[in-house]
Amino acid sequence: MRIMINNIEHLVDNSELVEIIKQYGAKAPFAVAINGEFVAKSNYATTQVQPDDLVDIVSPIFGG
Amino acid sequence: MPYLLNSPFKKASLNIMKELSNSQLMRYSRHIMLKDMDIDGQEKLWNSKVLIIGLGGLGCAVAQYLTASGIGELTLVDDDTVDITNLQRQVLHHEASIGLSKCLSAKASLRAINSEIRLNTIEQRLAGKHLADVITKHDIVIDCSDNLITRNELNLQCYQLKKTLVSGAAIRMEGQVSVYDMQATTPCYQCLSQHFGEQILTCVEAGVLSPVVGIVGNMQACEAIKVLAGIGQPLIGKLMLLDASDMSINTFSILKSPQCSVCGEIPFISE
Repeated sequence: MRIMINNIEHLVDNSELVEIIKQYGAKAPFAVAINGEFVAKSNYATTQVQPDDLVDIVSPIFGG
Repeated sequence: MPYLLNSPFKKASLNIMKELSNSQLMRYSRHIMLKDMDIDGQEKLWNSKVLIIGLGGLGCAVAQYLTASGIGELTLVDDDTVDITNLQRQVLHHEASIGLSKCLSAKASLRAINSEIRLNTIEQRLAGKHLADVITKHDIVIDCSDNLITRNELNLQCYQLKKTLVSGAAIRMEGQVSVYDMQATTPCYQCLSQHFGEQILTCVEAGVLSPVVGIVGNMQACEAIKVLAGIGQPLIGKLMLLDASDMSINTFSILKSPQCSVCGEIPFISE
């Protein structure tokens, strides 16, 4: 299925969020939002991504 | 005694708000012309006390615009001194300020912008009860710090004291802004920062593009003014992310986390 990850189109064959994060190669620490809403880390394992979802993998920023 | 309600004396004793003078009505006229702001909103700013933690790139931008905007009282907190590497982005500090306290350097620049507002400085790194005592005396806290430990502590104290926290951060060509009003139904900074674990990079290690701290700091100033004057819709429970490389802005919802160690169902208990 087709989804967007950080505004770039990706074709994925697995709908599990943890698999998508792994395939994308995201390096910790990061937070994940689906369609503009952050997903709690405790829900990663049970979250399924739907076709055309907008997935954002966000790195932390602390600088001032 | 209905006549007393109309007497200036009674009015003054009922209403402790400081009113704007005629020259201030002129000075802030471009604010007052804004329909939502009006005289009432500007008087709220004039009666507000704002705490700014950190006088680096973000803090300089925040303080500069809040000073010009006519906030009644600003308290600047930073224990650092001005270094030559700061001048690229920390616009209140000048070449002649190198070696001076950032608080005093910023205060001198702010004083030149607006001589009417009250400017306090605290040249220390605040923590614990001392930090709580300082926060209590202010209406709103603006986080312009550069590290996760300070950010988490400010969040905890603001949550416990129910003070609105305006958070901003920047690195490389990226920035983020959010507002936490610390109410029962809205998230706190920890609901977001718990995703990230320990601190990774600082501006010292990763670099930061000068105007990015200005953009983010001015967004923080804008959000603070909105909260204080009661206008617009502040970024409460939302995280705005700026990527200056393509000048894109994305805004995300932060959900209140039931497992949050600060505002969750099993709240943090301080010693």
